[in-house]
Amino acid sequence: MEFPKDLKYTKEHEWVKVEGNIATVGITDYAQDSLGDVVYVELPQEGGSVTKNEPFGVVESVKAVSDLYSPISGSVAEVNDAIIDSPEVINEDPYGDAWMIKVEVGNPGDLSDLMSADEYQKFIEEEK
Amino acid sequence: MEANGTKGLLMEEGLIFEKSSKGRTGVEPASFDVPEASAEALIPKNLLRDDIEGFPDVAEIDAVRHYTRLSQWNFGVDTGFYPLGSCTMKYNPKVNEDMARLPGLSMLHPYQPEELSQGALKLMYELEGFLAEISGMDAITLQPSAGAHGELCGLLLISDYFKSKGKPRTKIIIPDTAHGTNPASSHLAGFKVVPVKSEGKGVLSVEAVKAIMDTDTAALMLTNPNTIGLFESNIKEIAEIVHKKGGFVYCDGANLNAIMGIMKLGDLGVDVVQFNLHKTFSTPHGGGGPGSGPVGVRKALEPFLPIPRIKKAGKKFKLDYNRPKSIGRMKSFYGNFSIMVRAYTYIRRMGGEGLKRASEAAILNANYIKEKLKDSYALAYDQPCMHECVFSDRLQLGSGVATMDIAKRLIDYGYHPPTVYFPLVVPGAIMIEPTETETLETLDKFIEVMKLIADEAKATPQVLKDAPTKTKVQRVDEVRAAREPILRWK
Repeated sequence: MEFPKDLKYTKEHEWVKVEGNIATVGITDYAQDSLGDVVYVELPQEGGSVTKNEPFGVVESVKAVSDLYSPISGSVAEVNDAIIDSPEVINEDPYGDAWMIKVEVGNPGDLSDLMSADEYQKFIEEEK
Repeated sequence: MEANGTKGLLMEEGLIFEKSSKGRTGVEPASFDVPEASAEALIPKNLLRDDIEGFPDVAEIDAVRHYTRLSQWNFGVDTGFYPLGSCTMKYNPKVNEDMARLPGLSMLHPYQPEELSQGALKLMYELEGFLAEISGMDAITLQPSAGAHGELCGLLLISDYFKSKGKPRTKIIIPDTAHGTNPASSHLAGFKVVPVKSEGKGVLSVEAVKAIMDTDTAALMLTNPNTIGLFESNIKEIAEIVHKKGGFVYCDGANLNAIMGIMKLGDLGVDVVQFNLHKTFSTPHGGGGPGSGPVGVRKALEPFLPIPRIKKAGKKFKLDYNRPKSIGRMKSFYGNFSIMVRAYTYIRRMGGEGLKRASEAAILNANYIKEKLKDSYALAYDQPCMHECVFSDRLQLGSGVATMDIAKRLIDYGYHPPTVYFPLVVPGAIMIEPTETETLETLDKFIEVMKLIADEAKATPQVLKDAPTKTKVQRVDEVRAAREPILRWK
């Protein structure tokens, strides 16, 4: 299982990549593996806003339905509509093609409590 | 070992549309003895429905065979053991059906005047009384048509209570061991859900609730026993904390089969509860419905109950619509009446002592399975359980066998699989609820099969991966069915 070093991670198993004032958000390899085959994803509208630690969407597999929690507050600059039509990408390429939303970061301080790759790996070991 | 369901003949059967032959009819009606007039001449055009296109023309015998064959592909509690956790798939005694079919009850019309419906009203009034006694609540509405509908009703009562005080509240606290429908019902009733985690032993802690309970929280909504089959042992203290801040305690009554007749939820500080008549009170369930989800409340919420209320005036029963604070109707007419007849029959037949013994046997059966299987499957929580026990696939994952494969293999042996991958707090959960209506021999045979499957998982894992192989339809591609559903026959 892979956890790229240049990403930040949440306890709800989302990853964030920050470039300038844009944060790209998706779910981790561990999350897609636990969920199993993803069959449906619901994402917010472009231009809408998301709030840190609040649900911004839904991901559904044959096993379970889970909320997607936003790691940051801000407005939604871009939405990856392609994964709505082909949710299997979430299983195939969770850190690449299956990014979910790009958020214009309102408060950079939001990012300070996120985990590094090593910390996240330790966190999921404990969760098991 | 001789397994169930491994021999037999099931007829292949296509769609009824494919059997259609233009002009063929099942029944030839007698010719009219009054002058014929066309519908077009009598009914305004805008009120006339178009012809149904493609409606199948079949002979009566073909229609009967079609549906009888389809029914033979089905699995129900009348065909085999159905240990579907959290669903209480107990046997539905046939006397319930006899009573529901009495012409005086089955031929009633909902618009029949009150004075000609006294028997039905009396039955409903008495059923409300029984449910109040079982739960320790002050008033009951029978109107909601299923468990989640009852939840919604209970939450709307709570919402209106706070609105009527001029101080609306916005939040509902829900533990991670509550029923999956609870957060959805709260959202639908306009509340924001505040999740709270259960502690290590699988129950809710007093401290966790104390930390988040405030005067903006309308209620704590929990399921007791919870969805991992454990009794929420701190509930009395937790209820006190919620009550001190002016909130209500809502208990999802879906798991009432573990405590019915033994204890009253009201004594634990619960203020609102919904009953699932189709689970606890032996009415049809699982494709056979409809359901029924009455709601019980304490006095403070009584004015808000749906209209109409059934009132007794002297020896007469009346329907009371004059309830200014009522949330209105939850369902057309009075709810699913024929289901109430079945539940009423069950309660009258069992009596208080019988209901208590049913709960005791349900708990005993679940613990029996738990103890007998705990060396073969990993127990999520190794402690006495209530009416259901939760295992996981942790011991099987090493050979590449997951919960879904174990469930599918059970079908080959003639069992309905348990609930799988729920509750979410247990990864790979296998939740088994045997209910009280099974014999020791049935339980022993199921245990033997589960052990056999655990052995197969080690020795021949591929057998589980390929299962079911003895069914009419073999392993279906659930992923593709969800991603590319085909919703029309052509």
